[in-house]
Amino acid sequence: MKYDIIVVGAGHAGCEASHIAAFKGHKTLLLTSNINNLADMPCNPSIGGSAKGIIVREIDALGGLMGKAADRSHFQIKMLNNSKGPAVRSLRAQVDKKVYPKVMRKYLDETANLEIKEGMAEDLIIEDNKVKGVILEDGTKIYSDAVILTTGTYLNANILVGSENTPSGPHGEKRSNTLSLKLKDLGFNIKRLKTGTPQRIKADSIDFSKLKPELGDDEYWTFSFDNGPLYDINKQQKCFLVYTNEKTHQIIRDNLKKSAMYGGYATGVGPRYCPSIEDKIVRFADKERHQLFLEPESIYYDEWYLQGFSTSMPRDIQEQMVHSLVGLEHAIIEKYAYAIEYDAIDPMQINFSLESKVIENLFTAGQINGTSGYEEAAGQGLIAGINAALKLENKEPLILKRSDAYIGVLIDDLVLKGITDPYRMLTSRAEFRLLLRHDNADIRLTALAYDKNAVSEEKYRALQTKLSNIESLKALLKENHLKITDDVKKFLEKENIAVPNGNFNYTILLKRPEFTMKIIENFIDLSAFTEDVKNQVEIEYKYEGYIQNAIKEKNKLEKMEEKKIPEDIDYNDIKNMASEARQKLGNVRPHTIAQASRISGVNPTDISILLIYLKKEYGKNEC
Amino acid sequence: MEDTICAISTSLGVGAISIVRISGPDTLKIISEIFSSDIKNVQSHTIKYGHIVDNGEVIDEVLLMIMKAPKTYTKEDIVEINCHGGINTTNKILEVLLRHGCRLAEPGEFTKRAYLNGRINLLEAEAVGELIKAKSDSKRKLSLNQLGGNLTKKINNIRDTLLGLMANIEVNIDYPEYTDNLIITEDLLRKRLGEISQNLKELVNGAKFGKIVNNGINVAIVGKPNVGKSSILNHLLDEKKAIVTDIAGTTRDIIEGTMSLNGIEVNLIDTAGIHETDDLVESLGVQKSLESIQNADVVLLVIDGSKKIDAEDKDILSKVPKDKTIIIVNKSDKLISQDIGIDLPLVYGNTMDLNGLEGLKNKLIEFFDINRINKDLTYLSSARQIDLVNKANEALEEALNNLDRKIPIDMIENNLKSCFDYLGQIIGDTYDEAVIDRLFQDFCVGK
Repeated sequence: MKYDIIVVGAGHAGCEASHIAAFKGHKTLLLTSNINNLADMPCNPSIGGSAKGIIVREIDALGGLMGKAADRSHFQIKMLNNSKGPAVRSLRAQVDKKVYPKVMRKYLDETANLEIKEGMAEDLIIEDNKVKGVILEDGTKIYSDAVILTTGTYLNANILVGSENTPSGPHGEKRSNTLSLKLKDLGFNIKRLKTGTPQRIKADSIDFSKLKPELGDDEYWTFSFDNGPLYDINKQQKCFLVYTNEKTHQIIRDNLKKSAMYGGYATGVGPRYCPSIEDKIVRFADKERHQLFLEPESIYYDEWYLQGFSTSMPRDIQEQMVHSLVGLEHAIIEKYAYAIEYDAIDPMQINFSLESKVIENLFTAGQINGTSGYEEAAGQGLIAGINAALKLENKEPLILKRSDAYIGVLIDDLVLKGITDPYRMLTSRAEFRLLLRHDNADIRLTALAYDKNAVSEEKYRALQTKLSNIESLKALLKENHLKITDDVKKFLEKENIAVPNGNFNYTILLKRPEFTMKIIENFIDLSAFTEDVKNQVEIEYKYEGYIQNAIKEKNKLEKMEEKKIPEDIDYNDIKNMASEARQKLGNVRPHTIAQASRISGVNPTDISILLIYLKKEYGKNEC
Repeated sequence: MEDTICAISTSLGVGAISIVRISGPDTLKIISEIFSSDIKNVQSHTIKYGHIVDNGEVIDEVLLMIMKAPKTYTKEDIVEINCHGGINTTNKILEVLLRHGCRLAEPGEFTKRAYLNGRINLLEAEAVGELIKAKSDSKRKLSLNQLGGNLTKKINNIRDTLLGLMANIEVNIDYPEYTDNLIITEDLLRKRLGEISQNLKELVNGAKFGKIVNNGINVAIVGKPNVGKSSILNHLLDEKKAIVTDIAGTTRDIIEGTMSLNGIEVNLIDTAGIHETDDLVESLGVQKSLESIQNADVVLLVIDGSKKIDAEDKDILSKVPKDKTIIIVNKSDKLISQDIGIDLPLVYGNTMDLNGLEGLKNKLIEFFDINRINKDLTYLSSARQIDLVNKANEALEEALNNLDRKIPIDMIENNLKSCFDYLGQIIGDTYDEAVIDRLFQDFCVGK
């Protein structure tokens, strides 16, 4: 058996990686330990969220599947942060956990060159520091030119409930026992991470009348740029708000030592943004209540996900905790909450292409790189898939910059800063978030992916059409002026809009806060343009000053990115530099001065010393 | 780096011992001039006991730490004078050093020299520029700490408030579903930004002290001929040989000499008469004098107390800026009237006898609040710092303007970040992951 590329693990990273590698024409194997568990959503029943929703759009713009699959499987969707400005708008959908994997499976089945097989990879075939394939649990060898590891939380995983510690993957799935040992032998630094998942509650045991419902938007949205809305706005499902109370807190405080975390049974580092409820009670002791959310997992079975209540308490305590919540007094717990510990590699040992620095042609993506979240995993999977393919094609990898995409920020952070706890994307991590918007993901990225043969001709043409429509609309708005007639005056006064003191063209009017595209459409016919195009143009003019500033900053950074550091540099030769900085630089081996300056533990003084050294040793031309 | 710099390295007025540090090529020569014995041939890295002597008068009993180049902090000759603590003695020693040719060091300048020395010959000018820039950013904290650390504390407090605000905005953005968190509304933001802006303005207002500490005070002496102007000037300069040397100023002004007033440099600026004249050369001089007057921090207008105020006095009076003028009523022994009819700060004296000089000094101390400076050396001192605080404040004002323009919060956040970054540049700190750390520290969010 010989493939071009083997992808180990069929979670969100693995699905994207295998699909795009096969799409690019490489014979690809997607290996999963349970063929019925493909594209599983082991935690929250949602896709998107602040920043994460933008990643989904980026995945779509780069030829990935997550957005399309989510559009076909959600039962509630909303635009977050609508009022907080265009840069932080992001979609979040409640996705049906039964439907999503089916849709994804269908996409994968329809992909040429892609084969899906069941099998647990426990070892790698390595020759001359190059990966040559994988070895399954039963000893079967499968050969390939490249391997992408997307092992999620399955590496050497343990489930923790109170003092119980069970070797197991998520919800009882088989774990990989020896692969992480193998990775350690090869020279990877193995980290122990932890995450958790809350209880699932039986639907008809919940008293919804006591809970506040949360609705979807009454406006249509889609993740994918390729399809219109595929759902009925009126048939969206509700979620509900739940609050903890003093009684809940008392139960937790009384039993703190029984939890895996506080009883000292856990060793992994948990995510800061996903604390267990006991963490919340301890760290925010003076908070009277904590917000929880009840979200339906599927319309095909009756379990509800109790978001915000993840815990490693023993089951009897969990019963007490859940029953202390208003609306859940008689709740039946279908699945108990648990913490899961798993192995990951140190992402500072991988390149920006997601190929490891340790073994050639070995790529990693998702939780194995220390991230958390379906979207973060899928984004990396896609990039790893594209770059594994490009590597076999002897082509330059696709490396997204921080100013290109959230996915670029994500990988840059991983490679240069490493991780201490599982990494979640936040809009605040992206210094160029004014440029990295939900609305322009295709404009930012589709052409880059097209250059690497990762998106279809059709998708690329759709983008070109959109771009030319944007230009036409801008020209139209620039050429036409609003004449202040009596009628116009009357209309504006009625709308409470200050009447302009002259006849301005519409692009100038758009810069005024109250002149929205909707208002302008009362004066000029824009029916030839899609909402998407109008929105793009409106943002461009309305926030021009801010956007221009961001572009200036971006150019500044890109100039720094042009200052290359020679590959053969020996940091030990730089005597004046602090040893911490020398060590960090030596480990990461950044390609540019800008990258060097982002490494934690490398301060501006170290950078100036580095610049001086380069001048001295390599002369003016080098940097 | 040819000049020799000095500074008080310990905080003023605190502790039983103060250290005055001198670094540069003339260190050994200058110290030998003011120390009870010649130290030029003393072995390096030794401690020497003796006295600082000025004009035969013993100023203090001290220990010298003599460290010769190159094995020193700056790679230059360094002497550290361990003297008795307290503002007066320490300032006196600093004063003597200034008079013997030292220059007051800028904050962080010793470190700057330490950094540059021994490497500068290897570098191209451009690289040096980069180095200095990066250096001054990153070592800013250190140099400020040398001045007591209070400014850092003040700026950190403002940044901390701003950071908390930004973390709150970020948590609203990144966790919009958590409605239990404090939501930063427009009104709340406006209020908070107003408070922060107020703090920044106070910082800028205090900056005049920093400027004084760093650049000294420029004093222009004016008056019609024969009112005793030059004898006052000479007295001031002769006073305990307060004159250092005739220094051609970097400005257009001719600095006649420098004296030290409680550790603050006072530059005395010569002005030609500013009376009406037909003589071309003289009128150029008049023009220059008027400029000197405009540029001076304080103008000393000398009038003859033995005579009535005449038209010429009044003409000069009309040309001096009233808010920074002190009138010296000279020849006070022949005073014709106590009330000279000018409503400005007055000093009486007879060609500046001792009483008159004390009076003038006290007036200057009062005028510039110098006593307050000495107690709290924590002001923005460089134009760069003031500029950065002003920029920080402008960023806030832009945020407030944009709030009025209904610009959404994601854009306004950028103004706040600029503000935070500008303040960070002063103390050599960057934004980095600060806001994210703060977000998870302050807010309880997550599934």
